[in-house]
Amino acid sequence: MNRIDQAFQDKKQDLLNVYFTAGYPELEDTIRIAKSLDEAGADVIEIGIPFSDPIADGPTIQDSSQKALNNGMTLAILLDQLKDLRSQVTVPVLLMGYLNPIIQFGMEKFCAKCKEVGIDGLILPDLPMHEYIDVYKTLFDKYELHNIFLITPQTSEKRIREIDQYSRGFIYTVSSASTTGARASISEGQEDYFKRIRDMKLKRPIMIGFGISNHDTFQAACQYADGAIIGSAFIKVLDNDSTAMSIKKFVTSVKVK
Amino acid sequence: MTQASEKFAVDDRGYYGKFGGSYIPEMLYPNVEELRERYLQIMSTPDFKNQFDQLLKDYVGRPTPLYYAGRLSEKYGTKIYLKREDLCHTGAHKVNNTIGQILVAKALGKNKIIAETGAGQHGVATATVCALMGLECIVYMGQLDTERQKPNVERMKILGAEVRPALSGSQTLKDATNEAMRHWINNPVDTHYIIGSVVGPHPYPDMVARFQSVISAEIKTQLMAQEGRSNPDVVIACVGGGSNAIGAFYHFLDHSSVRLVATEAAGLGNDSGKSAATTALGNEGILHGSKTLLMQTPDGQIVEPYSISAGLDYPGIGPIHAHLFDSGRGEFVSVTDEEAMQAGILLSRSEGIIPAIETAHALAALEHMSFASDEVVVINLSGRGDKDLDTYIKWGKY
Repeated sequence: MNRIDQAFQDKKQDLLNVYFTAGYPELEDTIRIAKSLDEAGADVIEIGIPFSDPIADGPTIQDSSQKALNNGMTLAILLDQLKDLRSQVTVPVLLMGYLNPIIQFGMEKFCAKCKEVGIDGLILPDLPMHEYIDVYKTLFDKYELHNIFLITPQTSEKRIREIDQYSRGFIYTVSSASTTGARASISEGQEDYFKRIRDMKLKRPIMIGFGISNHDTFQAACQYADGAIIGSAFIKVLDNDSTAMSIKKFVTSVKVK
Repeated sequence: MTQASEKFAVDDRGYYGKFGGSYIPEMLYPNVEELRERYLQIMSTPDFKNQFDQLLKDYVGRPTPLYYAGRLSEKYGTKIYLKREDLCHTGAHKVNNTIGQILVAKALGKNKIIAETGAGQHGVATATVCALMGLECIVYMGQLDTERQKPNVERMKILGAEVRPALSGSQTLKDATNEAMRHWINNPVDTHYIIGSVVGPHPYPDMVARFQSVISAEIKTQLMAQEGRSNPDVVIACVGGGSNAIGAFYHFLDHSSVRLVATEAAGLGNDSGKSAATTALGNEGILHGSKTLLMQTPDGQIVEPYSISAGLDYPGIGPIHAHLFDSGRGEFVSVTDEEAMQAGILLSRSEGIIPAIETAHALAALEHMSFASDEVVVINLSGRGDKDLDTYIKWGKY
């Protein structure tokens, strides 16, 4: 069974997915940070492939991506670093990235490498659904990679049903009309949207992301979903202190009041 | 505005051959989908057509003249006509598209407008139509470009627009485009994004091409009146994203006897590392919502291009141009800074017209080509040079 499916089967609620950018703060930090997150109690780890023009991301992740590129990170280097992943990390690991660097690398070669190093799923925000269905689905299935789609407050019910059909692992529910970025609280309007999604009783688990930053926002999201995703807030932690102790402290502060 | 081409029309998924499409995050999907579903229907209503035609005539000043450039013709030993888009209100062809898109925005019930701009021409054209229609306008412009193109920043402000400097990345046009897309993600309901060229996700390249196609529609009529034939032998235009070029090519796409020549900015030369000639130096990739030719590193990171012309230093070209290149229908010529500036001076001295430096790249193609004396060559004079006086002065060789 794919580790993502296993994780949702083993733990029914409050799953915490933490995002960080590969090659940040230092080029060689990727495995070290993933290992620290695993040990600190993250249930899923999402590693960002840096791109020069990340249009779905807010300033924090744009900045970490640019610094990672300045550090010399490339997709080839990242995949090479990840060869040690499964000797260090047991939880599911996703790669998140924009299509262009992956297409230059070669989609099939990328998928084969992902399987080889133990990647469980992909989040490719600019991959159109019809292209996934027509071109890439068989490839992702062949290499046992779950492709995770996003939905937003503006996504129509019909399209959500379609995404539920094709998403694997879970559905990434974007919490508001926004790019990525930490926010301090969840609004009533957002809660109505989360309820609407919950009441649709979708087949796939729901993870809420964008704007989740601390225990309160994490708990608020988990009331309506199977778990939540933290990105920018964690990048800010790494900015100050990327040691295992600091990572442990942050993950604990999110999970426990 | 009708789809004139059989062979080069966009398909129902937004592709020209293998280029185009709609590679956007889910956050932009509802907006782009709404536009895709409605643009053709909106553009085909009599009300829309009347308003568009009326504004192009009375406000923009169309039709723009097709001018027989006698002294230039003599120099190159052929018949050269200049399509005078530089005489449009705001000084360039850009306004054809912003007039069209502001009417689409109104039909969609949007009351706020955003745009990206490089040199500022599209920003000014957008600020202009927003003032005309009384809509709120925010223009994203790379921080570096706001410093290089100060007068256009002030023009936009005078027109009532807010100019927001893009501080991310390389702080130029591609980053202004990123910021405008992020703004749209954050304001999906009441805002329309007026993209300034034939780039971006489907249906933008097709919609912008249709609005700019008025250029070649007029060329056909005017050439018939002046030469007794509606098709020239050659059409030449400069390409950054490619909106003026596709406007000039549009109604000739299916006429294989018409040579379509696109000039790209080669900066200090294609071997210098300082160029913006996408077909010469780029390869297939995905940026700003479409698959096209891009200047990029082997790792797929987008490269910041260079040209003396701020309107041509975009790292990609519109997907239809990628297809024209790939299929061999279009001829692509690289023109350096120096060649463009010399061509700008030549036009100024021989015809009394100071062209925009973007446009000067199209004129420089004449030096790369040879013609028979009875050939008819049309050059799209996309913009006037007022905005570029500083660059002419700094270059100084006149």
